[in-house]
Amino acid sequence: MKHYQVVVIGGGHAGCEAALAAARLGVETALITMKSTDIGVMSCNPAIGGLGKGHLVREIDALGGAMGQVADASGIQFRLLNRTKGPAVQGPRTQSDRVLYQKEMQAVIAGQANLTLITGEVTQLIMSGTRVTGAEVDGIDQLVADSVVLTTGTFLGGLIHIGDRSFPSGRMGDAASQKMAQQLRSFDLPLGRLKTGTPPRLRSSTVDWSSLDMQHADIDPSLFSFLSDTLKVPQIACGITHTNDRTHQIIRDNLARSAMYGGHIDGVGPRYCPSIEDKVTRFADKSSHQVFLEPEGLDSDVIYPNGISTSLPEDVQNDYVRSIAGLEQVEILQPGYAIEYDYVDPRSLAPSLVLKTCVGLYLAGQINGTTGYEEAAAQGLVAGTNAALCSLGRDPHYFSRSECYIGVMIDDLVNRGVTEPYRMFTSRAEFRLILRADNADRRLTPIGRKLGLVSDARWMRFCDKLDEIDKARNILEKVTLTPSDLNNVGVRLSSGSGARTALSALSLADCGFETVRTLVPGAKSIDALIGTQVRNDALYAHYAKRQQRDIDALQAAENLLIPSDMSFDDLSGLSNELKTKIARLRPTNLHECSQIEGMTPAALLLIKGTLQKKELRRAI
Amino acid sequence: MDTIFALASAPGRAGVSVLRLSGPDAVTIASGLMSDVPKNRGVRRLLDNTGDLLDEALVLQFPKGHSFTGESVVEVHCHGSIAIVGAVGRRLSELGAVPAGPGEFTRRALDNGRLDLAQVEGLADLIDAETEAQRKQAVRVFSGELGALANEWRAKLIRAAALIEATIDFVDEDVPVDVYPEVLSLMSSVEDGLARQIAGSGAAERVRSGFEVAIVGPPNIGKSTLLNRLAGRKAAITSDIAGTTRDVIEVRMEISGLPVTLLDTAGIRETKDVIEKLGVDLARQRAEAADLRVFLTDMDRQTPFAPVAGDLVLLGKSQPPLGVSGLDGHGVTEMIDQIGAELSKRAANAGMAIRERHRVQMILAQTQLKIVKDAIAQSAPADFLAEDLRIAVRALDSIVGRVDVEDLLGEIFSSFCIGK
Repeated sequence: MKHYQVVVIGGGHAGCEAALAAARLGVETALITMKSTDIGVMSCNPAIGGLGKGHLVREIDALGGAMGQVADASGIQFRLLNRTKGPAVQGPRTQSDRVLYQKEMQAVIAGQANLTLITGEVTQLIMSGTRVTGAEVDGIDQLVADSVVLTTGTFLGGLIHIGDRSFPSGRMGDAASQKMAQQLRSFDLPLGRLKTGTPPRLRSSTVDWSSLDMQHADIDPSLFSFLSDTLKVPQIACGITHTNDRTHQIIRDNLARSAMYGGHIDGVGPRYCPSIEDKVTRFADKSSHQVFLEPEGLDSDVIYPNGISTSLPEDVQNDYVRSIAGLEQVEILQPGYAIEYDYVDPRSLAPSLVLKTCVGLYLAGQINGTTGYEEAAAQGLVAGTNAALCSLGRDPHYFSRSECYIGVMIDDLVNRGVTEPYRMFTSRAEFRLILRADNADRRLTPIGRKLGLVSDARWMRFCDKLDEIDKARNILEKVTLTPSDLNNVGVRLSSGSGARTALSALSLADCGFETVRTLVPGAKSIDALIGTQVRNDALYAHYAKRQQRDIDALQAAENLLIPSDMSFDDLSGLSNELKTKIARLRPTNLHECSQIEGMTPAALLLIKGTLQKKELRRAI
Repeated sequence: MDTIFALASAPGRAGVSVLRLSGPDAVTIASGLMSDVPKNRGVRRLLDNTGDLLDEALVLQFPKGHSFTGESVVEVHCHGSIAIVGAVGRRLSELGAVPAGPGEFTRRALDNGRLDLAQVEGLADLIDAETEAQRKQAVRVFSGELGALANEWRAKLIRAAALIEATIDFVDEDVPVDVYPEVLSLMSSVEDGLARQIAGSGAAERVRSGFEVAIVGPPNIGKSTLLNRLAGRKAAITSDIAGTTRDVIEVRMEISGLPVTLLDTAGIRETKDVIEKLGVDLARQRAEAADLRVFLTDMDRQTPFAPVAGDLVLLGKSQPPLGVSGLDGHGVTEMIDQIGAELSKRAANAGMAIRERHRVQMILAQTQLKIVKDAIAQSAPADFLAEDLRIAVRALDSIVGRVDVEDLLGEIFSSFCIGK
């Protein structure tokens, strides 16, 4: 019987970051996976990042996580989305070589100190009352653990549908672990049912590429990790094609045979990632939909056709895919399918991602109702960190929605729950203009360092960068530019504007860093990336100031903690309905309390008063 | 931290009304209203922005740490006229003070450790009552035309924000490239509506109009006769013929110092007469939206619809000597006392803040929409536009309801085929 401080179950994106984070904090960590080759598998679209998601990857990286560096080492088509919009909403994205990604992640796991990889199937959690004390592997080995992180994806009640055929499974080809699923069900957690779909995979050599438009990678790639400097692998292009009337007709004619439309599926699917059946039905007036043909790797013969996920029977998939331009002769390597699965209502979790009703058991990833590798990895990092902190006897760390997208996601999950697979969007972050991908390190690396997540090497590099930013600001602050200086380089100014420093000129809409550089003698030495950072800060300074009050109010409410043993039963003036809700949801701070449905200003005041008196007493 | 103000005494006509101003800039703001703010207390002339006299008032200053809220506080004890209080309030808004939200003084007192728990509990009760009063008021204000308008604004603002968000969060998808013509036209139409509400009678009118009390009952029970007696004139035509009153007749009067509009409504009964039926529907609508209802009934005490807490249910003229009679005045004084007691109780909780706050928020939204339009004209990046628009929408939260990110996403997913 071996003792680990943290045991992580599941080697997907959530499990990897959870295990790495715990190990970085210096605790003995075990990562248990069914097959060692499962580490870092991209089960769906082989791409990392995007809008909102790219922010998450940068934040994971800023906290010392692996996803950014692994994506950089395996990225085969880097594109910065929203390049023409403001920097706050630009999202780095890449397609990854599926095999390279896996290899890189496996290398990171193997190279991490304090981390042991164990291959086997966890058959059950070992419990002592409501506390988890370990895990049983293959029904033989028992691992004792201080805390356990469960990142088991769609294994809970997983059901795959291809047309009218369906069979239980996690991912395609995996045996579902029914025993632990049963145990988890016995915990009486609130469960919901979701679904998601994938497209058929195509053989690249059977695509008529010559007839298709191509989308190329950026010439000047934006990498994910703050530690990456250059591309590691060659870049490729994607093909773009479109569905047509005939495609839609084939789909309409066979709707009754679709799992999604034939009434075989109960789960709720994501609105932002509809199946082709859904698109054809809901947007009947559109005669064509875009399809991106994304190679799964540099040497791979597999194409991921993004935009045509389906649960139609295989023969229909074959017909409709071949009706699309460029795919007339295409061979399907693996049919598309839909998967339904149970998720645990994330409102049963604290912001540390620990189950409120089970001491030491943390959940991360798809099991919490989210979708996407990035969302899973970010939760893994949070759960692994907190599982380790718990084992070390330290206070949990809660990420605030005012400081990162990770905090936005977790706050949304634990307070609002989900109704469809939860995906990150930039519009979910009300402090979006401050929470940029470019400043993720300045927002989070100091926090990560304090927690113990950030290595010396990363920390030194970060400190150097801060120094450089300071130097650049100093140079720019000392130079005054007149309106005619600026007019001469093409910056439009409203009439009557006076002279300003070069630093404040950067806040003008059409005045980029390179423009200012030509006007400031000492600015030649400033690194272009540093210059861009200073520019972005200047651009949003006005908004940042305006949002500060909201941030202060939010943080004050977040910092007013509700002790877990606190009872509101004898607080007169609080309705029974609210008392019941509080007892059930167990808010951990005043902000969470304010998010409870039906909470009134008066009730919140009462609770706040009670908490403040408690704090006051403690202080005395 | 904002400096906030509100009427601290009961609204309506009174000997003295007390306006309380609290926050870091209380003294600075107050000094814009008078030549100098007394260190302790003193009588000052209150002036408007052109230097014209608003009122002469007793002014008290409480330094930081020695006031109800714990902040710097200035109290203005002016004459208790609705017009004066309104004018002083508007002047304070101009000078940068913000109308206090419900319970905000208390919240600040609490933050600064000025209250004990018993006081917090007491005040929480009050806030509850005020919240309820505001909800009712909101129902009344927004159940009519303004309500339809608010819904329209809400839909348009959600659509405009969703269009911008779609171009941000769903690039590479099938969303239109140039959404701004539609965004601009949506915003212009909301701006027009706001301008009309701000300029027109809108919020200000309601401050003056006070409480509505509806007289409700079956036909020919003496509602109009009672109204005429209260009005002291023949405001409504009376006859023995059931269904004489078709329209809603309003009479303004004062009860316990509060402005009250009495509504005489058509007798509520099933009818085949098209015009009378219109009258009956209108009667019911207006009566339900009123602050208080006086039901006149027969011996069976049946009311045409259920009374709510505080409503009076009285016997009508057909039941002498027990009933209320407009003809001989029997029971009328008692009825007025009861109405006065109930309205005074409510006046202690409801304030002008809700109306003044609406006005301020509408102006803020208007200014903000203008900023968004200018920014679009200058082709500012979408993330700036989205933020400016969000501030405009937030300003209207209290009028159109809160617009959540889920509303935006819902609009996006139902309009565009997202999912490449």
